[in-house]
Amino acid sequence: MYKILEREDLTSNVHAYRIEAPAVARKARPGQFVVIRVDENGERIPLTIADWDEQEGSVTVAVQEVGTTTHRLAELKTGDAIANFVGPLGLPTEIEHYGTVVCVAGGFAVAVVYPIARALRQAGNKVISILGARNKSLLFWEDELRSVSDELIVTTDDGSYGRKGLVTEPLKELISVDKKVDRVIAIGPSIMMKFCALTSKPFGVKTVVSLNPIMVDGTGMCGCCRVSVGGVTRFACVDGPDFDGHQVDWDLLLARQRTYIDEEKLSFEQWLQKHAAAVK
Amino acid sequence: MPKLNLNRVEMPRQEPKKRGKNFQEVAMGYTPGMAKEEALRCIQCPKRPCMTGCPVMVDIPDFVKALSEGNLPEAVKALKRKNALPGICGRVCPQETQCEAVCTLAKKGAPVAIGRLERFVADWERTSKPETSPAPETPPAPPSGKKVAVVGSGPAGLTAAADLAKLGHAVTMFEALHVPGGVLMYGIPEFRLPKEIVRNEVDYVASLGVDIRLDSVVGKLATLDELLGDGFHAVFLGTGAGLPMFMNIPGENLNGIYSANEFLTRVNLMKAYLFPQYDTPVKIGKKVSVIGAGNVAMDSARCALRLGAEEVNIVYRRSREEMPARKEELENAEEEGIEFKLLTNPKRFIGNDKNWVTALECYQMELGEPDASGRRRPVVKPGSEFIMETDVVIVALGTTPNPLIAQTSKGLETTHHGTVVADEVTGRTKKPGVWAGGDIVTGAATVISAMGAGKRAAADIDKYLRS
Repeated sequence: MYKILEREDLTSNVHAYRIEAPAVARKARPGQFVVIRVDENGERIPLTIADWDEQEGSVTVAVQEVGTTTHRLAELKTGDAIANFVGPLGLPTEIEHYGTVVCVAGGFAVAVVYPIARALRQAGNKVISILGARNKSLLFWEDELRSVSDELIVTTDDGSYGRKGLVTEPLKELISVDKKVDRVIAIGPSIMMKFCALTSKPFGVKTVVSLNPIMVDGTGMCGCCRVSVGGVTRFACVDGPDFDGHQVDWDLLLARQRTYIDEEKLSFEQWLQKHAAAVK
Repeated sequence: MPKLNLNRVEMPRQEPKKRGKNFQEVAMGYTPGMAKEEALRCIQCPKRPCMTGCPVMVDIPDFVKALSEGNLPEAVKALKRKNALPGICGRVCPQETQCEAVCTLAKKGAPVAIGRLERFVADWERTSKPETSPAPETPPAPPSGKKVAVVGSGPAGLTAAADLAKLGHAVTMFEALHVPGGVLMYGIPEFRLPKEIVRNEVDYVASLGVDIRLDSVVGKLATLDELLGDGFHAVFLGTGAGLPMFMNIPGENLNGIYSANEFLTRVNLMKAYLFPQYDTPVKIGKKVSVIGAGNVAMDSARCALRLGAEEVNIVYRRSREEMPARKEELENAEEEGIEFKLLTNPKRFIGNDKNWVTALECYQMELGEPDASGRRRPVVKPGSEFIMETDVVIVALGTTPNPLIAQTSKGLETTHHGTVVADEVTGRTKKPGVWAGGDIVTGAATVISAMGAGKRAAADIDKYLRS
């Protein structure tokens, strides 16, 4: 079992868990992920690493409540434990001195972008971050991201905070007006990453995305996470999760992410019933 | 000399119609009376050819003799002297090509049913303990003060770990998944190898003092050099052949197309057959196509049937004669209603606008001249393409070793097939202090051959640690 050293509620439905995993903490790098299982009946899900503390022996992940597993996780508090925590998996994000890098974080992916932006800045890059969410209540870690960025632009779809609109708008301005952007890192929902990649493609600015297909083992054993990049099938768990966003077959990824949409619904409805009964 | 008894005692099995709808074990095992009757057929010939047919050299005549005399504790002792995993071997070893193939009575067409007897003895021990379980024959050796890391807890790792622990070494076994057992847990289905049996035999290995670390991906958590620098005096790699092969034909990434590894992992390890009680889902097809005809293909097909598929087809490019699966498994599959589409090879997968697979386009094949494997090479019949409807496809064309460790370790030589180069007898790799055995060296093979490799490597590691 892996103890939850601290749970922090980042928004009403996004929670950060600092989990005791000293061996993983020793090896974790920005962009890598872990696979967790909440309990004996649980499924294995990948979560990108948000932070780690080698001294304390802890790894932090941020989780948004979406389906059965993430809701089940949301029931756990500081001091509880989860059944399994495996990592660090996947290849770390490439960190070099590129010049100016734009880091785009969509929704709760700010937790994942934060250590990458930090590492890029430490490597001597000028880091301009764009943080986007649907509305103000979904934003968190704004100050954290600002602290590792030379410049931070915040957008909300509804204009309730920062600039009104999508992250692709400031991204396009930065690339087309300044023309000094050497690399883009875009992490968030697949549809956001797709449009970030489409935005930067005409300008030929390399755009790295972190793909999140369905996974089972996370070590290259099952092939569930296969994605098509540049016309070649790759396993996101061992060949990624970072890929060249201009080469990704986004429609395939989006379709494959919907493989179990019916089962996920059934499972979640069952969880809701159980949960309601337990609350009574 | 008593008259030879050539009547092999059959083992009861669940009726095909019934078993095709449940995940309980197909073969039900001998009763004590059946076991004794079968054991008495062994003529205790002086040459003991059966032992040479066994990759781990089990003292077969000894345990069979004890069984024939009704001395079950003695039978357990004799069996476990060489084999830490008898309940597993009794079920999944291809005895018909090993011990039973060279049995003196095989010449008369009725070899002693060694596998069934092995299974009976192991099951007796499991169900009758702790009261009557015999103490280990030899007490463990005094601690050697040496530490060995065993990477992977499948058949090769379990065997090497057990032998090394018995020899007095401190063994730590690293497993990437959340349960130990490797392919025995994620690959082979419950109806052929109940997971309780695997857990029981893993517990036995742990009881020898082996420290099992789950959720530990060597190559990611630590490189081989880090293990060797971190107090381990030797490392045994038994990480198997875990990387699934695909066909690389159009449409292979459509939804509903699984590797056999993924399908079986979902069903066996994650218990998707109990969804939604368990959280992991699997698609239950109406018309399932399994590509390939080895044991893994049969396991996949029979799982799909038990999940509730209406029709399950094995699609194979050669003819029945060349099918690599065990004859027993082919027969089991056929009895249960699995259909064989022979001399058929997919050309591409066809999908709908939601990216779901709807059909296979296949070629009809014919057999040409023998190829390098000695089997007649299948060649495409020109213009023979036809469409086969399907909604779930399972690709069971074999696996290659996972490159995770080789990629992160200097000095470990690999072949172009991705297998690790190791001495056939000792398992020594080109990297000092590192041994390897099982599928990681041979490519996908059998449980017992991996166990044999684990055993030989353990003996050589012991020699090395004491020199």
